[in-house]
Amino acid sequence: MLSRLKQMLIKEFIQVFRDKRARFILFGPPIIQMLIFGYAATFEIQHVPTAVLDLDHTQESRELISRFSSSPYFQVRWYLTQQEELVDLIDRGEATVALQIHPGFSEELQKGQTAPLQVVVDATNSNTALIAAGYVNQIAQTFAQDYQADRMGRISPFLVNHIPRVELQPRPWYNINLKSRWFFVPGVIGSLTLVLVTTLTAFAVVREREIGTLEQIMVTPIRPFEFILGKTVPFFLIGLADVSLIATIGTLWFQVPFRGSVVVLLVGTVLFLLCMLGAGLLISTVSSTQQQAMVTAFFFIMPAVIFSGFGFPISAMPRWLQYLTYANPLRYFLIVLRGVYLKGISFNILWPEMIAMAALGSFLLTLSVLRFHKALD
Amino acid sequence: MRWVRLTAVARKEVIHIIRDVRSLSIVVIMPVVLVLFFGYGVSLDLKHLPIYVYDREGSEQSQALLKRFQSSDYFEIVRVANNYSELVKALDDGRAKMAFVISSDFSENLRAGGTVSVQALVDATDDNTANVIIGYTQALVQGYSSDVQLEWLQRRGQQVQPPPLSVETRTWYNENLESSAFIVPGVLAVVMSVIGAFLTSLTVAREWERGTMEQLISTPVTPLEIMLGKLMPYFLVGLFDAGVCVVLAIFWFQVPFRGTVMALLISSALFLIALLCLGFFISVVTRNQLAASQVALVATFLPAFLLSGFLFAIEQMPQFVRLVTRILPARYYVSSLKMIFLKGTPVAMLYSQLVPLAIFALVLAALATRVFQKSLV
Repeated sequence: MLSRLKQMLIKEFIQVFRDKRARFILFGPPIIQMLIFGYAATFEIQHVPTAVLDLDHTQESRELISRFSSSPYFQVRWYLTQQEELVDLIDRGEATVALQIHPGFSEELQKGQTAPLQVVVDATNSNTALIAAGYVNQIAQTFAQDYQADRMGRISPFLVNHIPRVELQPRPWYNINLKSRWFFVPGVIGSLTLVLVTTLTAFAVVREREIGTLEQIMVTPIRPFEFILGKTVPFFLIGLADVSLIATIGTLWFQVPFRGSVVVLLVGTVLFLLCMLGAGLLISTVSSTQQQAMVTAFFFIMPAVIFSGFGFPISAMPRWLQYLTYANPLRYFLIVLRGVYLKGISFNILWPEMIAMAALGSFLLTLSVLRFHKALD
Repeated sequence: MRWVRLTAVARKEVIHIIRDVRSLSIVVIMPVVLVLFFGYGVSLDLKHLPIYVYDREGSEQSQALLKRFQSSDYFEIVRVANNYSELVKALDDGRAKMAFVISSDFSENLRAGGTVSVQALVDATDDNTANVIIGYTQALVQGYSSDVQLEWLQRRGQQVQPPPLSVETRTWYNENLESSAFIVPGVLAVVMSVIGAFLTSLTVAREWERGTMEQLISTPVTPLEIMLGKLMPYFLVGLFDAGVCVVLAIFWFQVPFRGTVMALLISSALFLIALLCLGFFISVVTRNQLAASQVALVATFLPAFLLSGFLFAIEQMPQFVRLVTRILPARYYVSSLKMIFLKGTPVAMLYSQLVPLAIFALVLAALATRVFQKSLV
């Protein structure tokens, strides 16, 4: 059996590394995708293009505006004089935030009334809008507090020094500077592995079927089980190589900290690869042409990535969808990846995820092997 | 170019699509599935975030502050911790997204006056969620703080003045900050990429792989007729799918449609032509289904997904990535989609999107024809 398996493996490796184009496909797209994702995927909100319409022209209004222009979150690019300009800028999508200070602003402040600051936010991107509106509030709040303290200080310095004030000290753990990249890079490793290993495995089997060489192999003494091993072992190894490659890029190029142990990551990766080989084989058993395999893989990959917590928190999904994510191997692998990279945690915390992946992996592999036998008969 | 021959090639392609049940179903089902996936799966509207609280004091004041967390919709206190190590563990294994700590001298410090700190330990692996959590917590603490101040001033018989500033935020175009209104219109670009480039590149590459392309060429059909005949069915399919997406977006996800059908049709047609030609170009160059699908993935699907402004705001990307997005059709299409759906921008004001799209369509069409004709000699 071993010698037949060896022959089968040699054939597979020759096929996989046959020409330059084939070799490129194994490592080119993952690297390109890693780089694109690393640079493009970000939810950080900074330098929001901002327009200001100051109709008051007083020291107070200018002071308020300067707090926005000196903040890293906003970039005041336009100082307007007319309401129409403001509407036009927002309409064309050039300015995301527009601040409007009406005439009489400082007068109201001085009289001790509540002066309104009008803010228009382009909410076509609801996430940017939500966070930008939060920053506007923070800046306006601080301005108001300072103004009030200043006013009170003039009346009675004693009060200012003794008035109680509760202040929040946020401590963002694991990612002190709240960098999106630290969140996405470990996630990209997981989703790229998923895409690569399932499509390669599925294609490798289906191509033989489509071209007709599958029948040729089946008339040789090679047993179905050996055939399956011969088809999966190369992609298991390629998967491992790709994970190491993109993990290295993530750590060295994007400077994402690696706080945990390589062993934990390795065990997690092996378990996840088993799931993906199972999924790839399963796809191959239900497809007879490469186009069909591609389409089926697509319908597997999209939900697997979207409903994994890769970019969008699972807790924000409808409840019934949250339950479905428990059947998604990527969900667990992402927890392991981020846990190892950012939190530096180990088996004592990650064991439930490991067990879940092992269970899903054995289920998928058993199912696909059974189906595969059937498909051959 | 003869119309009869062109339609003959087109008819052959239609038969290919119809005969393969799965290809047919993908064409019909995919837009529905993708809109549902993204509509439900991609949401950043966070609620009921699990938090731990650790009240080291247990006084009336500290309980009053914690009550605000209890009654907030955004948080769910899953546990009242008794020691610090419990918090660390909960953040490590992800059971809590945030741990709120009140120190043991909280009420004493409040009585003494001045600034009192409370701590929020936030799991910042997901920077966006962390940002939102910090924002919500800040608002709660600030509310508590100003109530304490108010009470303190009243007790001292001070005249209480209204807050000096009120922020009146209006969120235009997406008044309720619905994630689905921001995400769903962009799904059209993803669907079109799959139909336009993915499927086309596969069908054409298959003809090369099987050698049927040579057979086609040996007939009196000219290269241009082959190309147009192959692409026309997919063009119609793409437009049909766009229609399906739009109907679902409007009637299922209640996304407002404020623009004109004309604007949508023009931009969709231009984008589709650009992508079909790109897909054709890829398949001519690669001549292999696996390679074609991988290249199409990197060249069309990923940009539509990542670099178009569909999910991630382009302004937040690094400078050179922003420059790269300028040479991608997806960017212009997604931005025109959002403008048509949410802003109701008329055709005449979409020139900065439509002109680049038209240029892409022309250039890619010329390129595909050139390469195809050359490949036949």
